[in-house]
Amino acid sequence: MGVGVESRNRIAQRAAKEIKDGMIVNLGIGIPTLVANYIPEEVHVMFHAENGILGTGPSPAPGEEDPNLCNAGGYPVTLQPGASYFDSAVAFGMIRRGYLDITILGALEVSEKGDLANWIVPGKRVPGMGGAMELAQKAKKVIVLMNHVNKQGKSKILKQCTLPLTAKEAVDLIITDMAVMEVTKDGLLLKEVMSPYTVEDVIQHTEAELILADRVTRL
Amino acid sequence: MQTGAKKRNKLATLEEALTHIHDGTTLMFGGFGGVGNPPTLVEGILQKGVKDLTLIGNDAGFPDIGIGRLVSRERAKKLIASHIGSNPVAGKLMTEGKLEVEFSPQGTLAERIRAGGVGLGGILVDVGIGTIAEEGKEKISIGGKEYLVEPALTAEVAIVYARKADPFGNLVYDKSARNFNPLVAMAGAFTIAEADEIVPLGELDPECIVTPGVFVDMVIQSKGVNWKWVWE
Repeated sequence: MGVGVESRNRIAQRAAKEIKDGMIVNLGIGIPTLVANYIPEEVHVMFHAENGILGTGPSPAPGEEDPNLCNAGGYPVTLQPGASYFDSAVAFGMIRRGYLDITILGALEVSEKGDLANWIVPGKRVPGMGGAMELAQKAKKVIVLMNHVNKQGKSKILKQCTLPLTAKEAVDLIITDMAVMEVTKDGLLLKEVMSPYTVEDVIQHTEAELILADRVTRL
Repeated sequence: MQTGAKKRNKLATLEEALTHIHDGTTLMFGGFGGVGNPPTLVEGILQKGVKDLTLIGNDAGFPDIGIGRLVSRERAKKLIASHIGSNPVAGKLMTEGKLEVEFSPQGTLAERIRAGGVGLGGILVDVGIGTIAEEGKEKISIGGKEYLVEPALTAEVAIVYARKADPFGNLVYDKSARNFNPLVAMAGAFTIAEADEIVPLGELDPECIVTPGVFVDMVIQSKGVNWKWVWE
C-alpha cells in the first residue's frame, strides 16, 4: 500500500485547507513540500525555512536557480515580497518563541497521544533529528502527513510509539492516504475518511484506538 | 604580537590558511546542506590530506557536495551535527564504527555554537526533554520550569563562506548561504573566512556588516563551488 503520486497530492491538498491567511508556516521535506501547491492565491502565507529565510516563494524556473537561495532541503526557492534572511540561530529563535502557526512534517510513527517519532530507526537508519524536535515541540499546530501503514502493511498510528521520540504529545492532526485524525485529550478522533476507504478499513489498519466523530466526512 | 596596522590586514593565501589545519584538528564549518560550505577551503583540506578531524557543523552535506566530501573520504573521526541523512556515506561510516557521530537538535546546535562564540559556557533549553536527546544531560529548574544544560561549542579552527569580506575580516553573507556561518565565525579560536569578493577597507556599509572583523583571523579569496548541486 505505497503512497502514489495521486495519493500524495490528495494528502497535500487536504493539508493545505488547514492553512489560513496570515499564517507563518514551515513545511518539511517530502509530501509536506507539496502543500504549497494547493494554497489558494488569496491566502497569503509566510513560509519559514529553518536554514534562515522567512518568506520563501515557489521553485524558480529551470535556469533561474540561485545556488545560495535554497530551502532547508537544499533545493532552490524564490522569495515573496517582505521576505528576510537571518542566521540559523535566529531561525530557531522564531520556532522556540512559538511564532510558527503550523509545521507540517512526515513521520515514521505517531501515537494516539500525539507522540511523534521521525528521526531514527536504531541500528538501521540514523539520519538525525535536524530541526524536527524544535518544530514538533514548539509550533502552535503540528500536522503529520504520512502513509497510514508502513511497507510491511503495519499501522504507523500506534497506541505507543516503538521508535525513539522526536517530541512527546506534540501532534495535533494526522493526515494519511486513508484518513484525517485529530489528537484530542480524549484520544484519536477519526474525522474524515479518504475514498475509496471505509471507516471499517481505517479501523482495521489502525493499531491505536479511534473515536468516531459524530459525522465522519467522506473525502 | 601583531601591531594594529597588521591586524587590519588579514588577507592570506589558501596555503597560509591550510597551515592552521592538521591531523586531529577540531574544525567547525558554516553551511547548511552544502549551501554556504566554503568550497576552496574544503578542497584545500582534501588536497592537503588532513585526517582524523573532529568536524562540528549543521550536517554532513551530500557525498560529493561541500563538507560531505571530507566526510565521505573518511577525513573525519568525529562529527557533531544535527543531521546526516543527505549523506548516506556518513551513515555507513557511522554504522561501521569508522565515524563517531554526536547529534544535537538543530536549533540547540546553533545556539551552542553561538554561545561558544560569545563567551558563554552553555545554554538552557527545553527542546528534547522526554526524548533520548536528554540522556546524560544535566537538568536544572528555573522558575519552576525544567531545562537541559547544553554546553557551548568552540573549535580550534572555524571555516566560513562569505559573499564579501574586507581586509579587517568584516563579512557579509549571501541569502540562505548565511545559515550557520555567522555563528561559526565567532566560535573558532582561529577563524578563516573564504569570500567571493574581497573589497577595500571602508567599502562595506557598517550598517550591513553581519560578522564584525574582530572575530575573523584570516581572509582568503574563494575560487567558487567546484561541485554539482543535487538539483542540477
